[in-house]
Amino acid sequence: MQTRRETLKQSAVVAGLLASAGLIPQQAAAYEKVAFDAKSVADVTKALGAGAPVESKDVTIGGPDIAENGAVVPLTASTTLAGVKRMLILVEKNPAAMVAMFNVSDAVEANFATRAKMGQSSDVYAVAIMADGKAFFAKKEVKVTLGGCGG
Amino acid sequence: MADPMRIRAQAAGDKATVRVLMSHEMESGQRKDSAGKVVPAWYIQDVSASLNGKVVLTAEWGPAVSKNPFMQFVVKGAKAGDKIAVTWKDNKGDSRTDEATVS
Repeated sequence: MQTRRETLKQSAVVAGLLASAGLIPQQAAAYEKVAFDAKSVADVTKALGAGAPVESKDVTIGGPDIAENGAVVPLTASTTLAGVKRMLILVEKNPAAMVAMFNVSDAVEANFATRAKMGQSSDVYAVAIMADGKAFFAKKEVKVTLGGCGG
Repeated sequence: MADPMRIRAQAAGDKATVRVLMSHEMESGQRKDSAGKVVPAWYIQDVSASLNGKVVLTAEWGPAVSKNPFMQFVVKGAKAGDKIAVTWKDNKGDSRTDEATVS
């Protein structure tokens, strides 16, 4: 015997499955899924068609030395280099390294800020991908006292 | 439909700093509910910003961006009175656009 509550729960699950199955193919074209699934910094730049990243002092990563709450870590990425195509923010020890990717146009400065979730203390990276495919990065260690996943 | 975004755009010289606070759950797909089932990922994938109708910035986000995401960027050539519009689209196909005037 199935209660009404169980029936409702099951139909909600099925509806969710249908929705996700139907929607994913439409979005796959533009979204850099491979890059967002990549585990390491080098894999991310490779997935985006750029070379191995080189450390550069012209790229800046900003963030706290110690983050009390891993669910909300303010991070900034900026560069003074000319000809930047993309700015990335990455957290090395997250399940997937890439947090955000900003496509830089002539009308905006290569200077972005956002907030990220971090599961544990880790190095965070700002990566600038240039129009010619070169990649430059800066990194910084952020210690997390309370992880984004309760740890 | 999601709650409206809060957008503030302040001009300084020949550029404007835009700060956006979106209202979104940003579920990572890593968490489990009390029954031990994985909570499906639900997060903003695409963000775009335009100045007076012309797209100036596009961004792609992963699930690691915090809940109720914050974003800051600097638009060149924006002056007081210009319109900044920001649009996001999540992995369930929901989207929202909000507009603000540069002050």
